[in-house]
Amino acid sequence: MALADSSIAAPQAYLQKQSRWHPIEIAFWLALLLPYVLFPNYLSLANQIAITALFALSLDLILGYAGLVSLGHAAYFGTGAYAAGLLSKFGWGEPVSGLVLAALVAGLIGFATSFIIARFRHLTLIMLTLGFGLLLTELANSNGWLTGGVDGLQGIRMWPLLGLFKFDLYARTAYTYSLVVLFVVFLGARRLVHSPFGLALRGIRDNWVRMPAIGASRRAHIRTIYTISAAMAGIAGALLAQTTETVSLDSLSFDRSAELVVILVLGGAGRLYGGIIGAIIFMIARDQFSGIAPQYWYFWIGLLLIIVVIFLPNGVLGGLSKLLSRWNARR
Amino acid sequence: MSTTVLATRGLSKRFGSLVVARDIEITLPKGVRYALIGPNGAGKTTLINLMTGMLRPDTGQILLGDDDVTALEPQQRVRRGLARTFQINTLFPSLNALEAVTLAVAERRNLAGEFWSSLASHKEAIEEAYEILAKLRLGDACYQATRELPYGRQRLLEIALALATRPKVLLLDEPAAGVPQEESGDIFEAVANLSDQLTLLFIEHDMHVVFRFASHIIVMVGGAIFTQGTPAEIAADPRVREVYLGTRHHG
Repeated sequence: MALADSSIAAPQAYLQKQSRWHPIEIAFWLALLLPYVLFPNYLSLANQIAITALFALSLDLILGYAGLVSLGHAAYFGTGAYAAGLLSKFGWGEPVSGLVLAALVAGLIGFATSFIIARFRHLTLIMLTLGFGLLLTELANSNGWLTGGVDGLQGIRMWPLLGLFKFDLYARTAYTYSLVVLFVVFLGARRLVHSPFGLALRGIRDNWVRMPAIGASRRAHIRTIYTISAAMAGIAGALLAQTTETVSLDSLSFDRSAELVVILVLGGAGRLYGGIIGAIIFMIARDQFSGIAPQYWYFWIGLLLIIVVIFLPNGVLGGLSKLLSRWNARR
Repeated sequence: MSTTVLATRGLSKRFGSLVVARDIEITLPKGVRYALIGPNGAGKTTLINLMTGMLRPDTGQILLGDDDVTALEPQQRVRRGLARTFQINTLFPSLNALEAVTLAVAERRNLAGEFWSSLASHKEAIEEAYEILAKLRLGDACYQATRELPYGRQRLLEIALALATRPKVLLLDEPAAGVPQEESGDIFEAVANLSDQLTLLFIEHDMHVVFRFASHIIVMVGGAIFTQGTPAEIAADPRVREVYLGTRHHG
């Protein structure tokens, strides 16, 4: 018995090991530097991918970890985009402070909506989030004096990043900027996932009924994660506004919210990296397929989605990790 | 006379025309072990749901110590020392036992809102969770995902999660439900070994177990308290034999 016990790690050491960086993770982040060398003409696409990945990461905390579906997450993305865009339009083009403002504004809206959202689940929740998204889109649409309406917000001029790096035509600065922001926010999300709060989120996802029976307030937890996630989505939106120097109503749209869920499901929810992988697959597929048949490219995305959810129910990343554990078991 | 830990006053609940709780008055003194028995549909689980706040009573009060907790949310009652387990496993399937119990400990210690600190840094909470698991002889299986645990061990984890809230009163809804008879003794041994400061109320159908582990028995029939007393009194009560024990053997 004593022998058997000594082969088991101490509880604290075990949990520490759970949150340790895996070599594959480090390799993955280094691989995100490859576009500079391999595809220097595609850095603008790489920038869009990094922004979408950050946006997907924000949804992953809600959908993947807490298990709550949202079909209106673009509301916070778009809010961040307009906040950052308007700040620049009104004369302050400094990028980083624009991000901070976007995070605050989107986080505030997330916090406000979370009081309603934390009370519902399932279909009601999906409809609520969808409804909030539609509300904000039409609010932006009808206030053209501020947002530019269907023409989009024009007149955004960004100052050089940190006063040093101009946003160039090849999107070198843009990709670097978005990648660094993605990485920094990812570090925060990674810490959150391995915190006591992250454990509570998984508890909510795993058993809604048991949580109050262990003394947990589901609503308080959901309000917190909704606010954090909304702020993250706002940062992603701000990056898009700043690096493309325009904001359109599309950034708030239902399409964007729905696409985001597709991206996360493709990549694999509840794994932090699923959103990034999903964004890479989705954006490259869109880029390639729309080159073949611009009107019908959603056909291929639809097909891809069907194949993935049937054969890889935990997304591409879920499939990969299954392969890896099988390979490890064989060794 | 020992102090009352949990009491109900005139507790009633109906679903449409079906009365599931009728004017229920019970008083649980500190440290006693009550069995709640009665035929299927007598309202035993409903009573636990009412006491823990998972159902709202139509009338009546629930008192925890000297406080009226009738209006409190379930999690607020848990934080004041009223915990329960479930007849059907209500666990966290993808968490392992250590994570699940650490979560419950973290909630009690008000750590579960901390999104900035690392879980592994909360040494005391983790060790407390491990101690609870070890006491229930789950220590060697604590890194296994809950869904992969053998059924009997999942039943013990039900109890471990409730203990992590440091309850004053623990309501056990058929703790050995679904466990083969030869193993159900293990689960009740574990229950019997709990602190004698803890007040227990358990629902159980096996009369051997009831008479062995309970110091007091409440009999429910049709949503109402039929009678209550010591095991000897209940065993000697011919009316109880008629409504309940008559169909079963006990020895």
